[in-house]
Amino acid sequence: MASLIGSYSLGFGLFFSVFIIFFSIRNLRNSEVLDKKIVSFTIIQFFFVIISFLGLILSFINSDFSNETVFNHSHTTKPLFYKISGTWGNHEGSLLLWLLVLTLFISIFLVKSNQQPKKYRIFTLLFQQIIIVGFFIFLIKTSSPFNYIFPTPSEGLGLNPILQDPALAIHPPILYLGYVGSSIIFSSALAAMVTSYVTKEWAKHIKRWVLASWFFLTLGIMLGSIWAYYELGWGGFWFWDPVENVSLMPWFALTTLLHCILVLEKKKILRSWAMILSIATFALSMSGTFLVRSGILNSVHTFANDPERGLFILIFLFTLIFLSIFIFIFFYSEKDKIENSFFWLSKETSILVNNWFMMYFLSVVLIGTIYPIFLEVITANKISVGPPFYNKLILPFLIPFLFVMAIGPQLNWVKSDFKDKFYMIIFLIISFLLSALIIKEFNISFLINTILVTSAFFLFFCTLREFFIKRFKNLSQNIAHFGFSLLILSILFNNIFSNEVITNLKIGETFKSEKFTINFENIEQADEKNFKAITGKFNVKYLDGSSDILNPELRIYNQPNIITSEADIKTNLFTDKFITMNYIQNQEYFNVRYQVKPFMIWIWISVILISFGGFLSFFKKKYEI
Amino acid sequence: MKSKVFPLVLILFFFIIFVIFFKGLKNSNIYTPKTNLEIKVPSFELKSFENNNIISETIFKDDEYYLMNIWASWCIPCREEHEFLMELKKNQKIKLIGFNYKDNFKNAKSFLKDLGNPYDIIVIDEDGTSSIDWGAYGVPESFLIYQNNIIKRFIGPINNDDLLGIQKIIK
Amino acid sequence: MKFVHIFIITSILFSLNSLKADDVKTENEIAKNLRCLICQGQSVYDSDSEFAISLKLVIKNKIQQGMSEEQIYSFLKIKYGEWILYEPEFNKNTYFLWLLPILMFIVGGAIIFKLFIIRKN
Repeated sequence: MASLIGSYSLGFGLFFSVFIIFFSIRNLRNSEVLDKKIVSFTIIQFFFVIISFLGLILSFINSDFSNETVFNHSHTTKPLFYKISGTWGNHEGSLLLWLLVLTLFISIFLVKSNQQPKKYRIFTLLFQQIIIVGFFIFLIKTSSPFNYIFPTPSEGLGLNPILQDPALAIHPPILYLGYVGSSIIFSSALAAMVTSYVTKEWAKHIKRWVLASWFFLTLGIMLGSIWAYYELGWGGFWFWDPVENVSLMPWFALTTLLHCILVLEKKKILRSWAMILSIATFALSMSGTFLVRSGILNSVHTFANDPERGLFILIFLFTLIFLSIFIFIFFYSEKDKIENSFFWLSKETSILVNNWFMMYFLSVVLIGTIYPIFLEVITANKISVGPPFYNKLILPFLIPFLFVMAIGPQLNWVKSDFKDKFYMIIFLIISFLLSALIIKEFNISFLINTILVTSAFFLFFCTLREFFIKRFKNLSQNIAHFGFSLLILSILFNNIFSNEVITNLKIGETFKSEKFTINFENIEQADEKNFKAITGKFNVKYLDGSSDILNPELRIYNQPNIITSEADIKTNLFTDKFITMNYIQNQEYFNVRYQVKPFMIWIWISVILISFGGFLSFFKKKYEI
Repeated sequence: MKSKVFPLVLILFFFIIFVIFFKGLKNSNIYTPKTNLEIKVPSFELKSFENNNIISETIFKDDEYYLMNIWASWCIPCREEHEFLMELKKNQKIKLIGFNYKDNFKNAKSFLKDLGNPYDIIVIDEDGTSSIDWGAYGVPESFLIYQNNIIKRFIGPINNDDLLGIQKIIK
Repeated sequence: MKFVHIFIITSILFSLNSLKADDVKTENEIAKNLRCLICQGQSVYDSDSEFAISLKLVIKNKIQQGMSEEQIYSFLKIKYGEWILYEPEFNKNTYFLWLLPILMFIVGGAIIFKLFIIRKN
């Protein structure tokens, strides 16, 4: 029943697009004021999508296996929380989530843009409707979440256990608010070009949308990393896996766009950048959707591998790209550009340099991700592009980037000089001494690490000083940049000081190293709702006398039949202690992996700080720099 | 005019990317190593089922065909291909060499007792390192050998088509 | 000038990075650089598949035999193809891969640079 309502609701939602488009086009000409019907219809469309989504959720909760999606991805023994989150943990459901965010955002946009020119609002709606209609058709034709199967199976195939995790439950919704939310920026930019509205006023208007999208995208990416860290059991949080890269690429574009908008709000420069980046962010989101759902890439966490769906998205994506190019070429004019008469040492330049570096980072990730596809098509050779590639190309460039990030905000608009910048030299020396000391103390004689840490410290001190000197002026920018320095520092220190031990232990055996001993005390078995748990008890004793009890688990699921290894992680402000155990075929011992990972929690804290900077900026009434 | 060329170049650029992605859709995203490399049989020295030391050079020396088959009692597809191996055993022109991969001796013996023993010689690759010398990475895998060269490689269980193919080659 | 300085420093640092490759790495580091053929989204180090376990043993043996990291990678490349290496080699297949981003960086820098040169004149 719920599925039936959901299915019809979806159809109605698509149907309303016709009304919306019709009345919008008519309204372009017939009055000075926006036709209220259009707003109503847009909101009604959103409600139809909500009903459809709720219909799917209800089907999952009721374990309605006559619904093919529910059958494929759920099971009666699944806990309720995961039955609900399983709704969007699959291809069809997540596409419904796409539609939800698409229609939600355009509704909010229309309601909150009453001060904006009518034609601009209508065109934004029209372009967004192109995207919405595309997704409706994609959903209904190739990926319906409401396919009916008969006879009704008595049991479902179950949800992959690694998806049964709280972080994974909220990761897609948050990520999509950012990822899909960039559609509004896309539509708005196209509308601005068509109505010659690429102005400071447009920038002021779209700024909060950019901030909102960016905020959620940043947090969404972080949640994905947190899930990978806590759930996947290898102790890492970023693997440069294609699906991770696909979320990172729009982030680069969006962050750059954010900086351009913040400038465009005040000065009439970087307009072309703003337009191109607005298009690029959503284009990258769409490309990401294509790469992940078409089966073209090899990754641990791709969705359904279906080339037919892939073809649809590919054509849809390139239609949007060609449309954007067309509009950019024919409607966007540079003729009323104010000359960019700024000095080389100025804030404008530092923003330009920021753009330059960010586009470089974006190109590294983009090329690294799609190059294997290109190579295989052209030469039939298969290669892998993994972490060493990204690290080698990104890390060296982080150094100048961090320096410019520290110095840039201190510069004046148009022209700046070196007076009163003495403190920078002090900071530079302190940073260098500090990092040299730390690196030397721990015997890692690696030049690039020292300089990287120096540059991160430099940014750290410069932004810290801003808190004391400037106080609440530029607070959001400061918090975000400070958070970024903290992020780089945490990642670097985590990398440098992490320690790891792999050993095979039987029950009762002990592993000894210089710094700690690990005693495998015993195992316990327990029956949970949809799995059997084998929990190991490990006693880790340290040199200073303290000890930890760690309990990693092996989970044997019944449906589907999978064994997962759950890490036990002890977290505190200074370090994480991470242990996993794995069953070895034909042997009596377990493979135990114990890791000490300093400053892990600071990685998450710093990303939260960065997003918080954006959050503050959203609620700022006046702008200042 | 420069401003007319630029959009055309841009459109052409994206069109090419479109075509490449379109073609890429057809390729499988799972990687299997190329199987058309004609390489020499790797040398090994392993214990046999009868607990003798066997050196590879003593096995592959005759002017005959050999099928080296990597198998294990815990491997389910190995059960499916076993009937084809038994069929191949009947052919005088080919000798079957079994590579027992990371297995338990008792289980391996009872596997053969249940399904039959098609092998002329079985060696034990207890830790799996010798299979890596062959470029293998899973079970089952098979290698057709002649004159000390690997002439055909099978990744995954041998099916009827593969069996017919082998019989044709060794005729 | 600032940009020229930045560029020179980064290219020096970049080359220093590859100097490190000559240091002796442990078998763990090598295993982290290899892709598991069974669990194709994981490194050999992280993977617990039979293949990964055996391969880690092979790496250990080869290091004890005195093989260098490069030699081990070559050996595995012959057995399994380039795909098994997470770090793409620098050969005619991958010139674009490695150089295109750098090229774009240089072009971007040149455009910005030109902006100021033109301004001065």
